[in-house]
Amino acid sequence: MAKTALQFQHNGREVAIFVDGGTNLLVALRELIGDMTPKFGCGQGGCGTCSVLIDGELHLSCLTLAETVAGRSVETLDGIKDGPNLHPLQRAFADNFAAQCGYCTPGMLMAAKALLDRNPQPSRAEVVEAISGNICRCTGYEPIINAVLAAASGGRARA
Amino acid sequence: MPVTVKTFTSSQDAAAALSSDRGARYLGGGTLVMRSLNEGDVTISTVVRASDHAMTKIDATGSRITLGAAVTFARILAERDLGFLHAPARSIGGPAVRNMGTVGGNLFAPVPYGDFTVAMLALDAVVSVQGGLGGREIGIEEFLQSRDRQAGTLVLAISFAKPSSTEAFRYRKIARIKPKGGAVITLAAHLPLNGGRIVGARVALGSMAPTPIRARAAERALEGRSLDASAINAAAAAAAEGTAPGDNALASAWYRREIVGVHLRRLLSGQE
Repeated sequence: MAKTALQFQHNGREVAIFVDGGTNLLVALRELIGDMTPKFGCGQGGCGTCSVLIDGELHLSCLTLAETVAGRSVETLDGIKDGPNLHPLQRAFADNFAAQCGYCTPGMLMAAKALLDRNPQPSRAEVVEAISGNICRCTGYEPIINAVLAAASGGRARA
Repeated sequence: MPVTVKTFTSSQDAAAALSSDRGARYLGGGTLVMRSLNEGDVTISTVVRASDHAMTKIDATGSRITLGAAVTFARILAERDLGFLHAPARSIGGPAVRNMGTVGGNLFAPVPYGDFTVAMLALDAVVSVQGGLGGREIGIEEFLQSRDRQAGTLVLAISFAKPSSTEAFRYRKIARIKPKGGAVITLAAHLPLNGGRIVGARVALGSMAPTPIRARAAERALEGRSLDASAINAAAAAAAEGTAPGDNALASAWYRREIVGVHLRRLLSGQE
């Protein structure tokens, strides 16, 4: 079956690939672009570890038909650091022990970034809502919530 | 297995492509069709898309509201005029699912999903569809009853009369995971009052049958009465009548039948 040419911005860089019909964005990112930061968890939209930002909006890459991002901007966890410097959210996750096995972390970070990009000072309830589509099975949600709140307050711990 | 993706700028062309191919499925937000593809559903050979802007429109200015089929739940939550629909929209998924999932796609969502459709059924919505031969409007109840045969039609929009007051429309979703999770059951009620009496009661239930259904016995118990304790008791007692829930990982059919009256009572009496 014929492949389709697809061009989009991946973490600010123009990329062009050929995809099979029906390929999801997660497979395109991991297998065709080599960006291993979004993870495959359930393939059903239930776990959130494949979360990416499409034009700044949180989406599940496993449920996104790759062709639909043509000409759009896709941001993954790989793009949030600044050179050797971690993003404040990554720093806060490390400082607050918010990543144990780390499998949910890429999705958690992207969901948290989507929140902080439009609401830099969220309440605890807003953080809980923002990561409600992301499942963690080992760290526990409390350290993750605390890390997002810490990042929002510039690294200072919040009551 | 690779599938053929066909994208059209006009919804008419998309509808024609959809109706002429048994293996074609319409791709809205992706939360249903991409999931099926990921799970290896070989019955899908073609994915049809339309980039028709009319399908993304919200008209909430007048007394009759029209939501384009491609309107997402996130957009409903951003619309102040649609405040009465914020509870059903917020009860669906996490933020990513709400950025993707659409009003039109929700009409096809199987148990334990499809919560927004329960709200639409309580509001007596009309579904505008485009078939291979032309467009038509179908009442949502008829649409849901024949849902299995609707795969070849393209949903363009859904419309309904705005509830006369905020208290007239009520919604409640029972889930085991908060704030996100599939429904144990979902309830929505539209109870317009005329001179203190309910006229045109509609009660809709999700996960109490293969598609959202009306609780007609509960509606009859409420019709023409004021919303007092005796009317609420009568409706709650009749809530499970005519339902056909199934077992799934979230709850058994028995449990669903047991609790539907309890939650209808809470919904009608305004309890949390």
